[in-house]
Amino acid sequence: MSDDAATEIVPGWETVIGLEVHAELATATKLFSGAPNQFGGEPNTNVDPVSLGLPGSLPVLNEQAVELAIRVGLALHCRVQRSVFARKNYFYPDMPKDFQISQFDLPINEEGWLELADGRQMGIERAHLEEDTGKSTHVGGGGRIHEAGYSLVDYNRAGVPLIEIVGAPDLRSPEDARSYVSELRSILVAIGASDGKMEEGSMRVDCNVSVRPMGETELGTRCEVKNINSLRSLGRAIVYEARRQVDLITSGERIEQQTRHWNEDEGRTHKLRSKEEAYDYRYFPEPDLVPVEPSDEWIESVRAALPMLPRERRHRLADAAGADTTTAALTVERGMDDLAVEAIAAGADPVRVLVHVENNLAEGAGSLTAASFAALVTMETGGDLTATQAKTVLAALVADGGDPAEVASGLGFEAMADGALEAVVDALIAEYPDDWAAFNSGDEKERKKKSGFFVGQIMKATSGQADGRAVNELLARRANS
Amino acid sequence: MRTSTGTPGGITAQRLAADVRSGVRSARAVLEEHLAVIEAREDEIHAFNLVLADEARAVADAVDARVTAGEDPGPLAGVPVALKDNMCTRGVPTTCSSLILEGWRPPYDATVVERLAAAGAVVVGKTNLDEFAMGSSTENSAFGVTHNPLDPSKVPGGSSGGSAAAVAAGFTPVALGSDTGGSIRQPAALCGVVGVKPTYGAVSRYGLVAFASSLDQIGPFSRTVADSALMLEIIGGHDPRDSTSIPEPAPDLTSVLDRGVEGLRIGIIQELSGEGLEGIADDVRARLHEAAAALEAAGATVATTSVPSTVYGLSAYYVVAPAEASSNLARYDGVRFGLRVDASNAGDMNSATRTAGFGDEVKRRIMLGTYALSAGYYDAYYGKSQKVRTLILEDFARAYSEYDLLLSPTAPTTAFPIGEKTADPMTMYLNDVCTIPSNLAGHPSMSVPFGVGDDGMPVGVQILAPATGEPTMFRAAAVLEAAAPAGHPAVGGMTVGPAGGSAT
Repeated sequence: MSDDAATEIVPGWETVIGLEVHAELATATKLFSGAPNQFGGEPNTNVDPVSLGLPGSLPVLNEQAVELAIRVGLALHCRVQRSVFARKNYFYPDMPKDFQISQFDLPINEEGWLELADGRQMGIERAHLEEDTGKSTHVGGGGRIHEAGYSLVDYNRAGVPLIEIVGAPDLRSPEDARSYVSELRSILVAIGASDGKMEEGSMRVDCNVSVRPMGETELGTRCEVKNINSLRSLGRAIVYEARRQVDLITSGERIEQQTRHWNEDEGRTHKLRSKEEAYDYRYFPEPDLVPVEPSDEWIESVRAALPMLPRERRHRLADAAGADTTTAALTVERGMDDLAVEAIAAGADPVRVLVHVENNLAEGAGSLTAASFAALVTMETGGDLTATQAKTVLAALVADGGDPAEVASGLGFEAMADGALEAVVDALIAEYPDDWAAFNSGDEKERKKKSGFFVGQIMKATSGQADGRAVNELLARRANS
Repeated sequence: MRTSTGTPGGITAQRLAADVRSGVRSARAVLEEHLAVIEAREDEIHAFNLVLADEARAVADAVDARVTAGEDPGPLAGVPVALKDNMCTRGVPTTCSSLILEGWRPPYDATVVERLAAAGAVVVGKTNLDEFAMGSSTENSAFGVTHNPLDPSKVPGGSSGGSAAAVAAGFTPVALGSDTGGSIRQPAALCGVVGVKPTYGAVSRYGLVAFASSLDQIGPFSRTVADSALMLEIIGGHDPRDSTSIPEPAPDLTSVLDRGVEGLRIGIIQELSGEGLEGIADDVRARLHEAAAALEAAGATVATTSVPSTVYGLSAYYVVAPAEASSNLARYDGVRFGLRVDASNAGDMNSATRTAGFGDEVKRRIMLGTYALSAGYYDAYYGKSQKVRTLILEDFARAYSEYDLLLSPTAPTTAFPIGEKTADPMTMYLNDVCTIPSNLAGHPSMSVPFGVGDDGMPVGVQILAPATGEPTMFRAAAVLEAAAPAGHPAVGGMTVGPAGGSAT
């Protein structure tokens, strides 16, 4: 659970955050034409008359995009409904038709929620379909639009299908915002809707931030921050914006509703436009397209084909391991929860399973199977392998697979019989009587020091095969006898 | 029934195609005869923005080669056609009669162009229009005015005035136009030819440069009803590239033409036929009632009926059409194609390009439409206009529960003198008062020549039908054509009945 203190960027003030996330849908072709939907490629090669907005061209809706949008809606617990495309009109060189086909008053998905790793549910207002724009590159003048000598436009991205997911203002901290985006990304990837790559721009985050005194229930005036390119920027931008707004309010000024631009290098936001300067998009229903009315049968078949979602995976693992969902989250994020759940089901100790997954399987499970993982953990907890040995065997199983007992044996990790260990201990006590006396002197400091000495000697004598815990128990028993 | 006089102007597309398919005449010979007529009168008429003589010769020769090889080039084999210059033709300039598109060559063919080519037609040129199809006289063209071939001091109507003039002048037996508020039917009436606006979605709009997407439809011009029927069968039918295309094949029209109107109930729209509507000329009203009498004589029941909300059509149209146009025409921004007037930044370049590239009427409608869609005005204008559209649909539905077809004049007057209405846009807009309701409803309607007015210029009668009612509409058109008094003598120099010229 997040620390309550962490929600206060400025003491006494609450930050209220709502995110608008655009994700490119992983379709074969564009939203309204057969041009390929591919990242990269030579500029202006993945284009056709429709994606260039040539006169006379007409949009035809991509059914695969609709299906992916329905998946997103269902995964976010939205109502999937009849929807209508609308034109959002504004001039920009990288927008071929100088209007964007989007959805306005009738989006395909409305009113859902997303659960963070800690179990809190954050509202989703809508998730609608729209087309992406092209990309402008400003040449000369350091790449800044106002100083550039000229601009180049690449329309490869124009018309790529986007899902815009508008979250409710339910987030309260940079941590919340980051975990919301992480969760959303995990969901989109899990259902095959998007690759969720922020660094390639296939997932983009705009952030609405407002502040209010702790305890206040009215929302403050918000500013929308654009150009956030990573989770790190998201957190920084929120902290900057919250401080800026609190500074303004505490110095007696009012917050003006604005769209602001995050500058990563300067670590600050600056004003793009005020509410008064906001575009009038002149939305109206797109006359070249008909309403989208997915049948109940289609929606249910999409629902039936959905894979298990991160939230369900966390709950399943938490239940199996007797842990909370926050503890289960890392394992789920790494995609190791199937392995963990199966190993636990096969009788392995849940605590050791999670410890190994979190600490010793960072590079993935490789050739490790759930059965061999369970067998290994059982050997470890049964005292047949030391923790160190178990880690070594685990690495071997990840690399090459195999039976844990045979691998352990092959590595010479035969568990020592108790009698053999006793013989070694007794021999060492006899060999180092002075040290043994010091061990038994009653001085706690001496005892610790000599304990280390004897364990070291025993390990040396047994080539590390002795179980540290068994050695300590044996030493204690001998001292008391 | 008189048949072809032997001049290109008097020959129907059906007759030409039959002759070419059977080897009686070559497509090349047919083309040369038509090119000769164009050569003789085009300077005076200016029907074309571009005559594609060499390209047409190559296509005609290819048609002939197929005939020689024993193949069938199709139902329009060797038929010369003219295309309104707002339909995309691959590699051939498509201007919309606007400076902003001058020199642009589309990299693709419109669906109708593909279908004409597949049927063996020979495209001879791109015809003049009011810029972006905005107008009713073909005077709003960046490339000059088109003259009415029947009286060159008069307008041909518009916006498809070039196509109407081409057919009336005998440049081609058939042509394609587009109709957003009457742009096929009104010039057809003024030039004395047949013009059809099909049901919305009956003909693919893919490759038609959009004016108002929810109203635009492509349709044919011809000198006979049968030729328009043939053209619609070829260009109509489902096209997956147009989402608003009706998912059905084109209806059979040529075979229903001789079925008559016996038993059909036909209503004269009171609100559009003079009673209660200013501006419908007496001679036009007289021809309408003669046409009604002719239908009655052929066995139909004719009565006057009320479709009250049609009177609001013009007002609603001048909100909806400019609103959609303001968005459709945003793409002419100087970035990707057509004209670019350079400036120091993208916004100024957009403004300079659009200022130089668009004519006054286009600018007027972009401003009207932008205003109508603006925040705070949307409900009062665009929203209310959509409600009027719904009312018109409901009124039509009521009327069609009692009548199979409706009747009205096509245009309030015969062709007016060039320059007469250019000073006052409102007077010009009133030309479309009878044709606009069908566009708002998405219904088919067509103009059939029916005699002449007091000035000797043609009068058109409009037949309106419910959605997909083309077969019934064409039956009535064929009856009117057969019963029509002599038209203007210059139109093709002939009259033919419904089966006239058919050699199949």
